[in-house]
Amino acid sequence: MSRISIEQVKHVAHLARLAITEEEAAMFAKQLDAIITFAEQLNELDTENVPPTSHVLNMKNVMREDVPTAGLPLEDVLKNAPDHQDGQFRVPAILE
Amino acid sequence: MSLFDYKLSELHGMLHKKEISVSDLVDESFKRIHEVEEKVQAFLTLNEEQARAKAKELDEKLATEKEFGLLFGMPIGIKDNIVTKGLRTTCASKILYNFDPIYDATVVERLNEADAVTIGKLNMDEFAMGSSTENSGFQLTRNPWDLERVPGGSSGGSAAAVAAGEVPFALGSDTGGSIRQPAAFCGVVGLKPTYGRVSRYGLVAFASSLDQIGPITRNVEDNAYLLQVISGVDPMDSTSANVDVPDYVSALTGDIQGLKIAVPKEYLGEGVSEEVRQSVLNALKVLEGLGATWEEVSLPHSKYALATYYLLASSEASANLARFDGVRYGYRTDNAKNLMEMYKQTRSEGFGNEVKRRIMLGTFALSSGYYDAYYKKAQKVRTLIKQDFENVFEKYDVIIGPTTPTPAFKIGEKTNDPLTMYANDILTIPVNLAGVPGISVPCGFVNGLPVGLQIIGKHFDESTIYRVAHAFEQATDYHKQKPTL
Repeated sequence: MSRISIEQVKHVAHLARLAITEEEAAMFAKQLDAIITFAEQLNELDTENVPPTSHVLNMKNVMREDVPTAGLPLEDVLKNAPDHQDGQFRVPAILE
Repeated sequence: MSLFDYKLSELHGMLHKKEISVSDLVDESFKRIHEVEEKVQAFLTLNEEQARAKAKELDEKLATEKEFGLLFGMPIGIKDNIVTKGLRTTCASKILYNFDPIYDATVVERLNEADAVTIGKLNMDEFAMGSSTENSGFQLTRNPWDLERVPGGSSGGSAAAVAAGEVPFALGSDTGGSIRQPAAFCGVVGLKPTYGRVSRYGLVAFASSLDQIGPITRNVEDNAYLLQVISGVDPMDSTSANVDVPDYVSALTGDIQGLKIAVPKEYLGEGVSEEVRQSVLNALKVLEGLGATWEEVSLPHSKYALATYYLLASSEASANLARFDGVRYGYRTDNAKNLMEMYKQTRSEGFGNEVKRRIMLGTFALSSGYYDAYYKKAQKVRTLIKQDFENVFEKYDVIIGPTTPTPAFKIGEKTNDPLTMYANDILTIPVNLAGVPGISVPCGFVNGLPVGLQIIGKHFDESTIYRVAHAFEQATDYHKQKPTL
């Protein structure tokens, strides 16, 4: 049984904001299915009482003094923007 | 004979005796690049004008001042996922084809303060996702030892440039082996520091809980100097560790008498080629001859590392790469009627297939209904893998094994099946999951291709790794061999 269907791949692509063709959906479904099937070997392990690791060092909240510093100049911030106007990023219409 | 056959300490002696100038060193880099770059294709962007200007400035400093940076005058190449102000930084992705960073990464600032000279930006797998540099969106880098073979990856450009003698120093980044594996394939020295040892500020994030920047060089001593410069806590990276940075070079005593080495049976078993196994066993004999002892141990969860890694790294990548949306920087599609279409088309046209695959795998593993089964499960197995290392390090000083199961493979050999490509990293990935440091040093040749020895240490104990690597290097000649190009 496949772990991930073509429909699921299309849904995931939408969530990830990727446009994919029918052919790509079929290819990714096959490849992701193989990877996910492989990953399911983790189910061999009993991890009921094992705490998850999100960070390898024993670090907790890293605090610093709240001192204001200068931000980046607007000119720099907009330098790499594909489109901008009046000091703001410009994008295509959000609503039709 | 190249100037880069000398170590940093020797080059500094020559500079101070006025036998050479910084301009000579920078000339040497560009001369070599013009000779071999057509074959190797390691660089994505060259910084020639600025590098020559910097060399002149440093030559004046040499004549007039008394204080010099630790990397004074040293030419260095930088992996193209580390941002350099005013010098194009692409991550080898079309989505950043025109990105001109507005600040320097902390490591780049530190290189500048140490008087190093940036020669250019180095090719890699797109967003560091890959093991062969074949996933670059721009060009194919070739292994200097055999141009039909891959240099490894993802820091393939960094390792190839050092091996080809284009630069004596390079920075790479390592998420699952991306410094050590190409170092092994190209016959150079590459270290992945302890997680938190080096600031990640300005490293374009792939998997934030695993990524580390590290040095690639021809020899261990130079490697230690470069790590010295880039190490240490940074207020701009809250995951950088506030731990003292020792003097790494002073650890290179040559003395490993009484050193206790653990050799995991999982690292010499199935999947590891007989020739690689033999090279590692020979290396252990050399270390025994120097007064070390070794015993076989087990890291029982090793076989689960690959699956754990792909779930976690892809999950983190899916979140990190959400920022590439065509709004603030990089590529934007021309043909979109509305915002949603713009996001989707931009990302589809800008990312390559491996990046898309991992973004989708990560999105899936984090999505509602699958999070516990995949992402959280992998985080729990990560704990078991980390404990394996902690258990072994209670009794031993270092863990030693091969860096890769085989020497460099042929271009195109593994591109059709993602899982075959991933399997290449089985010996390096556990180290990232545990957050410990590891180095690859040359330990032999198989049919003219270099083999890498991996030495893994305790958290923040890069000094012991360097001491062992250096003692081994002094007792062998592998690092002195150079490819003919």
